[in-house]
Amino acid sequence: MTMQTRDTLHEGIVMYGGSPKILLAGAGLLLAVLAPYALYPVFLMKVLCFALFACAFNLLIGFAGLLSFGHAAFFGGAAYIAAHVVKVWGWAPEFGLIAATAVAGLMGLVFGLIAIRRQGIYFAMITLALSQMVFFLALQLPFTHGEDGIQGVPRGTLFGLFDLGQPLTMYYTVLAIFVAGFALIWRTVHSPFGQVLKAIRENEPRAVSLGYRTDRYKLVAFVLSASLAGLAGGTKALVFQLASLTDVTWQMSGEVVLMTLLGGMGTLFGPVVGAGLVVTLESYLASTSLPVPVVIGCIFVVCVLLFRRGIVGELLHRLPGKGNR
Amino acid sequence: MSHLFGIPPQALFGQLLLGLINGSFYALLSLGLAVIFGMLNVVNMAHGALYMVGAFVAWLLLTYLGVGYWGALVLAPLAVGAVGLVLERTMLRRLYKVDHLYGLLLTFGLALIFEGAFRHQYGVSGQPYPIPELLKGGINLGFMYLPTYRGWVVAASLLVCLGTWFAIERTKLGAYLRAATENPTLVQAFGINVPVMVSLTYGFGVALAGLAGVLAAPIYQVSPLMGSNLIIVVFAVVVIGGMGSILGAIVTGLGLGLLEGLAKVFYPEASNIVVFVIMAVVLMVKPAGLFGRER
Repeated sequence: MTMQTRDTLHEGIVMYGGSPKILLAGAGLLLAVLAPYALYPVFLMKVLCFALFACAFNLLIGFAGLLSFGHAAFFGGAAYIAAHVVKVWGWAPEFGLIAATAVAGLMGLVFGLIAIRRQGIYFAMITLALSQMVFFLALQLPFTHGEDGIQGVPRGTLFGLFDLGQPLTMYYTVLAIFVAGFALIWRTVHSPFGQVLKAIRENEPRAVSLGYRTDRYKLVAFVLSASLAGLAGGTKALVFQLASLTDVTWQMSGEVVLMTLLGGMGTLFGPVVGAGLVVTLESYLASTSLPVPVVIGCIFVVCVLLFRRGIVGELLHRLPGKGNR
Repeated sequence: MSHLFGIPPQALFGQLLLGLINGSFYALLSLGLAVIFGMLNVVNMAHGALYMVGAFVAWLLLTYLGVGYWGALVLAPLAVGAVGLVLERTMLRRLYKVDHLYGLLLTFGLALIFEGAFRHQYGVSGQPYPIPELLKGGINLGFMYLPTYRGWVVAASLLVCLGTWFAIERTKLGAYLRAATENPTLVQAFGINVPVMVSLTYGFGVALAGLAGVLAAPIYQVSPLMGSNLIIVVFAVVVIGGMGSILGAIVTGLGLGLLEGLAKVFYPEASNIVVFVIMAVVLMVKPAGLFGRER
């Protein structure tokens, strides 16, 4: 009898040790489902949109070692597409999101084809320059309405069934989108494809010598990351019923870098934690007289100098015997 | 002959002059970036912010201490260079052993701090800075009217650029510098203090940005945001020219400024993005940049 108890207990420990990530994800999901009863749904939806954006960005920097400094182009660009398609063409929200994701993916393909010709710092500068081009296009093209942006975007009815005008319906839709995007990233990272990406990050010449066409892998990762960033941007446009220039600026690209850096590059949950912290901090600072960019900049400097693993990365590092990412 | 390609020559030359002025700033800034990158392997994202700080130092000197343009032309680059030395000694130095991307992220954070602080203090609207007495007025060149100050900016930045090129490529100090870029350990073994040289390089590179800021102050207004959009164009210029080359940075900067001016005449809508389009084309044809070497 006692033996049996010990065995099950032991089993429980092993099970826990084998899949703490699943447990953690389950707990997080439970919290997210209950959260709108305790917190303001629009705030939570903002966190979820940025969390998906940061996860998409992290797929590149954390798992393929590519620092894109132009992800705002996909995020904000897709927001414009979603807003225009839903508001002007009158499409249903689900098609708006599909269009936003597809356009962001196409942009990712074009950016990727140009940018993956160089590595490291150059890659960052090229993506930054290309995204600045998108910013100027967004400023000048007629359909984006320049400084005003596209305002009053209707949320519409999802699949003709769910009225997204209801805050809770909208919230659970955003949560479902986030979970789907996160699951896709999770799956990608743990697939053979993800292993090749990690190999490229660690040692690209060696991956090439093993016969992998690293450029193609990087391009696919880039397109995937851009599409998911677009999905996040499109969702944000529906939530706030607005697509504006703020989301295409290079400061936005910097912000998503910070979220990922703060949470932990190359960890699955890091970007989520980082996005939550940064969004919370910004909405707190908005009610004080402290200048937001200065605080954000200070966090950047502190993270880079003292805290390069990020919060989740540091936790994983401190866990005994659990050094793996 | 009153029209060239259907454009009045005054408009054409006017825009070309504007392009040349922008090109001078691109050249000065990308030169500083190239010098810093060559020695430190850091893409200095704070370069645009330090250019803005240079302009603000000039404005503050004039407003609070009554120091005029010519004084500021010496003092502001020194001040910005000193700020650079401090940043290098206290922060950047710790990052040489880790991935170069962290240098980029650190300087990005610094750029946010500088811009945010000045914006908090002085707002987004620009402060006017007067043209010095000596350089007021203009010269009639026959085919166009050249404001003296603008001519001075082009001449001064060309002079500084060529001086820097000469110092790096043709003097003994420059030879040490280039040697230390190739192999710092060996140069250190010969008894040259490489860490001090690295600090001074960063200080000099950002001092160039500060100088560009002072030169720019009377043309554009002194505003906290003056550097942030300029610097991305400069990054594109640097990618087009290729990071390693000093002369490449100067030539590409001026050339792209002129091209932007031309775009403003013939197809104004494209003038903002022409540099980025050229960057994309150059990357497709010659990934290392026009003057760069494949590493």
